[in-house]
Amino acid sequence: MSVTQDPARKGVPEPGTAPVSAPALEPSPISEKAPGELFDKTTQAFIYNNQVNATQRMLDFDYASGRDMPSVAAIINPTGSDGLSKFFFGTKEILIPVYRSLQKAADEHPNVDVMINFASFRSAAASTDEALDIPQIRTVAVIAEGVPERRTKMLTAKAKRLGKVIIGPATVGGIKAGCFKIGNTGGTLENIVESKLHRPGSVGFVSKSGGLSNEQYFTIAMNTDGLFEGIAIGGDAYPGSTLLEHLLRFEQIPEVKMLVCLGELGGSGEYDVVRALEDGRISKPLVMWVTGTCSKAFKTEVQFGHAGAKVGSEAETADAKNAALRRAGAIVPQSYDDYGDLIKKTYQQLVDQGVIDPKPEPDVPVIPMDYAKAVKEGAIRKPASFITTISDDRGEELTYGTMPISEVFERDLGVGGVLSLLWFKRLLPQYALKFIEMTIMVTADHGPAVSGAHNTIVATRAGKDLVSSVVSGMLTIGPRFGGAVDGAAQMFSDAFDRGLTPQQFVDEMKRKGVNIQGIGHRVKSINNPDMRVKIISAYALEHFTKSDLLRYALEVEQITTSKRNNLILNVDGCIGIAFADMLRSEMPKDEADMYIKLGALNGLFVLGRSIGLMAHHLDQKRLKQGLYRHPWDDIAYMLN
Amino acid sequence: MAQKPIREADGMRMIARWLGEYSGGQHTVPDKFISVTPETELDALPARHEWLLEQKLVVKPDQLIKRRGKNDLVLVDASFEQAKRWIADKAKAPLTIYGQFDEQGKPLDEGTFGRLTHFLIEPCCTHDPADERYLAMVATSDGDEILFLHEGGVDVGDVEARALRLPVPIGTLPTAEQIEAELLTRVPADRRAHLAGFIESLFKLYADLNFTFLEINPIVVTKDAVIPLDLAAKLDSAATFESGKRWGDIDFPTPFGQVASKEEAFIENLDAKTGASLKLTVLNPEGRIWTMVAGGGASVIFADTITDLGFMEDLANYGEYSGDPNEEFTYLYARTILDLMTRTKHPKGKVLLIGGGIANFTDVANTFKGIIRALREYKIALQDHRVRIYVRRGGPNYREGLRMMRELGKELNVPIEVYGPETHMTRIVSMALKGEN
Repeated sequence: MSVTQDPARKGVPEPGTAPVSAPALEPSPISEKAPGELFDKTTQAFIYNNQVNATQRMLDFDYASGRDMPSVAAIINPTGSDGLSKFFFGTKEILIPVYRSLQKAADEHPNVDVMINFASFRSAAASTDEALDIPQIRTVAVIAEGVPERRTKMLTAKAKRLGKVIIGPATVGGIKAGCFKIGNTGGTLENIVESKLHRPGSVGFVSKSGGLSNEQYFTIAMNTDGLFEGIAIGGDAYPGSTLLEHLLRFEQIPEVKMLVCLGELGGSGEYDVVRALEDGRISKPLVMWVTGTCSKAFKTEVQFGHAGAKVGSEAETADAKNAALRRAGAIVPQSYDDYGDLIKKTYQQLVDQGVIDPKPEPDVPVIPMDYAKAVKEGAIRKPASFITTISDDRGEELTYGTMPISEVFERDLGVGGVLSLLWFKRLLPQYALKFIEMTIMVTADHGPAVSGAHNTIVATRAGKDLVSSVVSGMLTIGPRFGGAVDGAAQMFSDAFDRGLTPQQFVDEMKRKGVNIQGIGHRVKSINNPDMRVKIISAYALEHFTKSDLLRYALEVEQITTSKRNNLILNVDGCIGIAFADMLRSEMPKDEADMYIKLGALNGLFVLGRSIGLMAHHLDQKRLKQGLYRHPWDDIAYMLN
Repeated sequence: MAQKPIREADGMRMIARWLGEYSGGQHTVPDKFISVTPETELDALPARHEWLLEQKLVVKPDQLIKRRGKNDLVLVDASFEQAKRWIADKAKAPLTIYGQFDEQGKPLDEGTFGRLTHFLIEPCCTHDPADERYLAMVATSDGDEILFLHEGGVDVGDVEARALRLPVPIGTLPTAEQIEAELLTRVPADRRAHLAGFIESLFKLYADLNFTFLEINPIVVTKDAVIPLDLAAKLDSAATFESGKRWGDIDFPTPFGQVASKEEAFIENLDAKTGASLKLTVLNPEGRIWTMVAGGGASVIFADTITDLGFMEDLANYGEYSGDPNEEFTYLYARTILDLMTRTKHPKGKVLLIGGGIANFTDVANTFKGIIRALREYKIALQDHRVRIYVRRGGPNYREGLRMMRELGKELNVPIEVYGPETHMTRIVSMALKGEN
């Protein structure tokens, strides 16, 4: 198969390949089909349920088959809204209409006579019934597996009454080579070409199994001039159309020169074929095999993959069916092993008799390769627009860094561990994880009066949602509120790294007229210490391998508190400085400084405080607090 | 998703629960059917069902067993104490149950060995055997069929040949008049009308609750009552979403004697955990031909070909994996089979067929990864048991998958022959077994 690499298949249209409308579809009356035919080269279908992949595969087949008109006229998306959906038709992009209502789609596209129903087993019966009620729809393929048998029988009876055809349920569908393909039949485009499904051959094929249809089509392609049409009727006990009904259709189609059929144990559909052979309704050569001859080897009843594949009586066994078919004149192999050989032999006889005149192979149109496949095979490359180094959701399990999420839980790493993996791309030691959690705990809230919480409360009371209210509070975090965590770490480490003594540092700041970040508290003092600071600094001094910055800050505090007793190391400063110590204990100084520059410490405060801000939002909602209006007497109006 | 048999007690309870509604209160069956499972505390039952102490009882196993009477597995006319003792006695040890008997009551088959775990207790109905009838409702391809025979009971004979039949086209309901005229001609006239009404209502229930099979034999018909005595039924399990509420809390039991081995249960459990399909039935643990075939259809054909070529006795397992199971599941599936096949040695060595058709959209190389992991793990055992491996597969990315398998053969020093779609699917069976028959 020849392949072009199509850059437009990345999902982002390249310049000049903007979507164009599907080739103009003049609503035309449904073409009268030849006897036995369900599909021709102008047949168009509705896809029921938004099956993007199946739709694209049908369009790819159309293109490979040289169809002028896409085989999908519209998609019915019963849970969506009317609109247009973009697909490839060859290298071009086309728009396919999407309708919520099947009836509306039918009104808009009076030429469509096939519906491919991808509804789930719950709703497949109702939507098929609806389709049967629409006069123009003549064929419905039901893909779902697990439609209740009684529902299917009702649909079948109705279809018979109306002279319509149901293919399925529980099937992949079928394919008319070079003409029309139902949904996912035939597999990948590569397989379609290898199995010569893009142009017609002389073999009519019908089977129960859809899963085996690719294998069958390939076998037919290897041993004959290829498939004319293949149908999988589905594995249910009471299929909507039977093996025989399709064989009789093929019998009417002059281009079909030989029949191939694969039955299976269970049910009696194969005996209908036997009778048709006996009474001459089937006259074309029929190569047929019934699978399930192994059932005699099983002591107890085994339910095979298909619902209908179950033996109720001796007559339903594969052996009995194969024998009856052989007696009736079908060409039945001794085992599946000879099946291909018999197909070949039968075909060769037809060629020798001049019934089949093998045609030269037509050129295969150049088929654009699927982007995903091309990538997989290493045939194309493109620079990625995004890059990530911290987590991966593509595999069997989500990973944080390289650690699977299950391991995060098995090792009980806690929030500290998760933050460590995602922020710092390494698993810090236990003491550090605990420290991270301590900082989150300690910054979680600081009462309703601080600016962040206050804004959140005001926004909440104005009726805003959680995100808006929390963001309103969050946006106050900066140089004056909460920013000291980051500021203190930067300021102290800078002074320390420049080799200033605590006294030189204090003097320098005084000279510049800059307040030292992280120093000073509104109410707490050297005599009335902040318990949070005590806890954090005691922990840091005990557990960290390096606590130079914190020790340095405590020396600075001694100098500042000697001037005024509330110029203590405050909680923001303590957290920021200790965190910088922790990072320097566990990674090279450059890297630790980088994280601080990137805003990790601000992040720490934002993370912790968001817990409190949400709490205030929930609290105000719970208390049903009304709109807040600030009292006039608390505002000094000074307009003159 | 298929027609699945249910326990007699569940079927009886559905009739007792709903027949009144479907007959406008005209016909009822008292709800006196007790299921006894291994979890049931027998001594606690009479407190909730006083009739157990007041009436004579019938006790029988409830595990889809046919010919319970011939197998001496029905206790009649028993007190609750006797019933308890009988259940304890029957459940005590595994036993053999036969399917066919000759005129003298001698078993004609080798029987099925298994353990009785589920029983049904119901009131003992003393009746004239002449009042026993046969009734069945059976799904057909274009509707259903009601079968009735004016005789019933264990010795009813060939009902297929003898019963009167009333076909019911899909979407229609038979009237009592039709039933009376078509089916009840040999029932005494004074019993026809209410029996016809009973059948009419029962059919509504049968259809509405998505039964696919319902056989009551015998059904006792007197002048003023219709009493179902023995029942076998199947439901369309695909209809769970429609009828599950009316079915109530039921299970779809496996037939008597079919107890999953540890490995089969393990695969069943895996199967339940994934959207993909993983199936395993061990047919002969000593067998030397093992299969690991992708796809429901292909797996049957592989098993067929092995039996068709005359190696039925050597076939060790039936199974399939499909629906794109991930690497881990394929690995566990493969490992289970490799573990089973490397337990007992066979003088001729063993054969493993890793087969499959041309996949639709499954990435062949991906599914092979799990299998390859398991094969690596069993390298020594594979060599020890002289395992020869044959691979045949097609579909997306199959070339890469086949290449990986070929490399593996060299790496493990285990004979692995690898074929793609150009080789007929089952040809590896004849290749593997050539000249051995």
